[in-house]
Amino acid sequence: MHNNKVLKTDYNKCTGCRLCELVCAVKHDHVSNPARSRIRVIKWEAEGIYVPMSCQQCEDAPCAIGCPAKALSRNMEMARVEVDYNKCIGCRACVSVCPFGAMHFVAADRKVIKCDLCDGDPQCVRFCDTKAVNLVDAGDVSLQKGREAAKRLRSAETKSSSLVA
Amino acid sequence: MALNRKIAYIDLTTGEIKVKPIPVEIRNKFIGGRGLDAYLLYNHTRQGVDPLGPDNVLLISGGLLTATCASATTRTHVMAKSALTGMLGSTNMGGFFAPELAWAGFHHLVIRGKAEKPVYLFIHNGEIEIRSAKNIWGKSVTETQWAIREELHDPEVKSLVIGPAGENLVRWANVMTGIKNSGGRSGMGCIMGSKNLKAVAVRGTMDVTIAHPVEALEYNKRFIDQITSSKVNQTMGTIGTPFIWGATNSWGGVRTRNFQFNQCEYSDDLEPERIDEIALETVGENHMAACFACQVHCRGKHRLPSGPYKGRYSEGPEYTSQGAFGAEPDCKHADTVLTCNYLVNEYGMDTLETGSMISWAMELFELGILTKEQTGGIDLRFGNDEALIEMITRICYRKDWLADTLADGGIPAAEKIGKNAFDYMVQVKGMHNLHSDERGTPALALNIATASRGSDHLRSRPAIDLYHLPEPVLRKIYSSPVPYDGPLSSEQTDYEGKPWQVFWHENCYMAVDMLGICKYHTMFLGATHPNFEDWSRVVQLNTGLDFSPTHIWEAAVRANMIERLFNLREGMTRYDLKKGEMLNHRYFDEPLRRGAPGVVGRKIDKKKFIKMVDEFYAYKGLDENGVPKPETLKKLGLENEPSHLL
Repeated sequence: MHNNKVLKTDYNKCTGCRLCELVCAVKHDHVSNPARSRIRVIKWEAEGIYVPMSCQQCEDAPCAIGCPAKALSRNMEMARVEVDYNKCIGCRACVSVCPFGAMHFVAADRKVIKCDLCDGDPQCVRFCDTKAVNLVDAGDVSLQKGREAAKRLRSAETKSSSLVA
Repeated sequence: MALNRKIAYIDLTTGEIKVKPIPVEIRNKFIGGRGLDAYLLYNHTRQGVDPLGPDNVLLISGGLLTATCASATTRTHVMAKSALTGMLGSTNMGGFFAPELAWAGFHHLVIRGKAEKPVYLFIHNGEIEIRSAKNIWGKSVTETQWAIREELHDPEVKSLVIGPAGENLVRWANVMTGIKNSGGRSGMGCIMGSKNLKAVAVRGTMDVTIAHPVEALEYNKRFIDQITSSKVNQTMGTIGTPFIWGATNSWGGVRTRNFQFNQCEYSDDLEPERIDEIALETVGENHMAACFACQVHCRGKHRLPSGPYKGRYSEGPEYTSQGAFGAEPDCKHADTVLTCNYLVNEYGMDTLETGSMISWAMELFELGILTKEQTGGIDLRFGNDEALIEMITRICYRKDWLADTLADGGIPAAEKIGKNAFDYMVQVKGMHNLHSDERGTPALALNIATASRGSDHLRSRPAIDLYHLPEPVLRKIYSSPVPYDGPLSSEQTDYEGKPWQVFWHENCYMAVDMLGICKYHTMFLGATHPNFEDWSRVVQLNTGLDFSPTHIWEAAVRANMIERLFNLREGMTRYDLKKGEMLNHRYFDEPLRRGAPGVVGRKIDKKKFIKMVDEFYAYKGLDENGVPKPETLKKLGLENEPSHLL
């Protein structure tokens, strides 16, 4: 059976703490260094807006299509796009074509890195206190958004009916 | 790894920069952060050094655990001789600066001299550059940070900056980072300004290796769960520190109209729920922000709801601002508190000292000690919101006689104003107290009197003393990591056992200030929070250093002692009202007039207070004058200070 989980970010809930970046680097590289994190919190500090950005594991992944060495491919079992470092030539074409800026190049190691969903137990999800980063069934990604939109509709209706009354 | 983070000596007069490693023997004795800064201050200044002169040193640091896989190790510490107090200046702030400094290769900066023209430092992966601040001098706290990012073409640069207040040498000017993370107390921004140093910008991408990464990650999860499972931190993560207001004000622990009352009446508009409502209306449901790697997220976000800055994005307010701009001047409007909070953050001045100084001036004005001529025509009465807001800008830019006088700090201002102005100032060692009223809580009174940087709640306050914890719980907390079998009392109005509690918290807070951990992760507010045992394990897993709980405790005792040695060298004497460890007469003479029945009528018993200080001194190994005995110094390995090892 195919693994069906995807990473879903709810940026409104992000507090900007970057704990996800810290634990990602510690988990994968055994060091603390956000420059090695697969997930990055992009900030507009002057407005208090923080958006965690990570690989979307695209179905038709531009990184894989653009890779001249065919080093990137989909792993169905793990529900992710992964790098075969035996094939990777370090050209950074994947960095150029990724629409989310989620392919990273680690200058110290001269290699590209991307989210591997921690083999099914993403540490960013595990450590996020506000649940700004979640792992959900692919079919359920829109559930919560729908519920929130419905809530706004409902409260609008309640307000308008109280105006009538 | 954390242990290869370096110390840089930067001379702004000559432009000379030297970089050295930090020997592990020094780590063993002073660990890092505030502890090591205290050692450096004592070693790199001479007695009587002019705080505003080139020979004063400005120390900027992260803790031993900064940027490791340990929760909330985000604190930046700044130390120098203070121009506000003439004694120890020390301040601590959250945000993202210290971790970035560690990723850039450094734990400690020692800055001396004075630049000829305004400059800022740029520190990038081991390199340090002194750059012209010509284009950023005069800018506000946030404008400065965004301008530096633009100039360096890097939106990830983190800066520690001063605002106009620091440039104008307002004695209590902040150092700041982000929107509102402030190193607020004791005027370290003024010292930066005196050196013509506008900012320190850092950017780092160097690994901090973790000694035992797998275990450190798991231990961090356990550590985090321990903190987030406590009600106090859940509340703080929902509405921030304003939550403290409700309980404290209704009970009668909030000084109002400077120090005339201990409760701000009819102040519904200052309640945490109201502040939270504004955040909800202007930002939305998710309106809490966090410092680096911290799951407590206690910093509120909002946009100003009214006034000349309506619509501007701002953060806070903290509990301190509710008191400083709400209760003390008796201006009971959330919008006023938020406007003042925004202004002091953009100007870069301590919210607490600003509100307290203006409230003190208000009392002097109502008593006729200050005249309307002296206030520049301002009707400086309590409850005059416009006057309060106007005074902040006047002080920042030293606009007239009164503003200029106040900007020089409380004691010089009292001398200049004359009459008995000083008698009304709620201060210790020349620094104002938080808006808390300690007349009903002897432990807290002892804390502010003996705090090393002047009247302050973050050096040794046993805030959990207000929880009426059962005696066995107190016993469990206070007899570790060193044994204690003396008295302990669950009653906050008692004098018994309190000196040990203050001594214990003094060492607890020094320990986290050396490690770089936030105090909201200690027994400051939560009685079930991590402790010496946990820090010992965290240090071991992250750095490989084998520091036992008692080793950390002893290092904290030692670092507190070297802070005391500095103050003694600068003229601290026990009973001196301006430089000592004595409270304003109002604590002993004026009883509390409002609050809970058990509180009304209380004041501090002078004899019992003096006995408490005696007992506190005995625990620290001091004589009756507060001077360490020779055997105490020997025991702590401080008999040869200054030793000039670093």
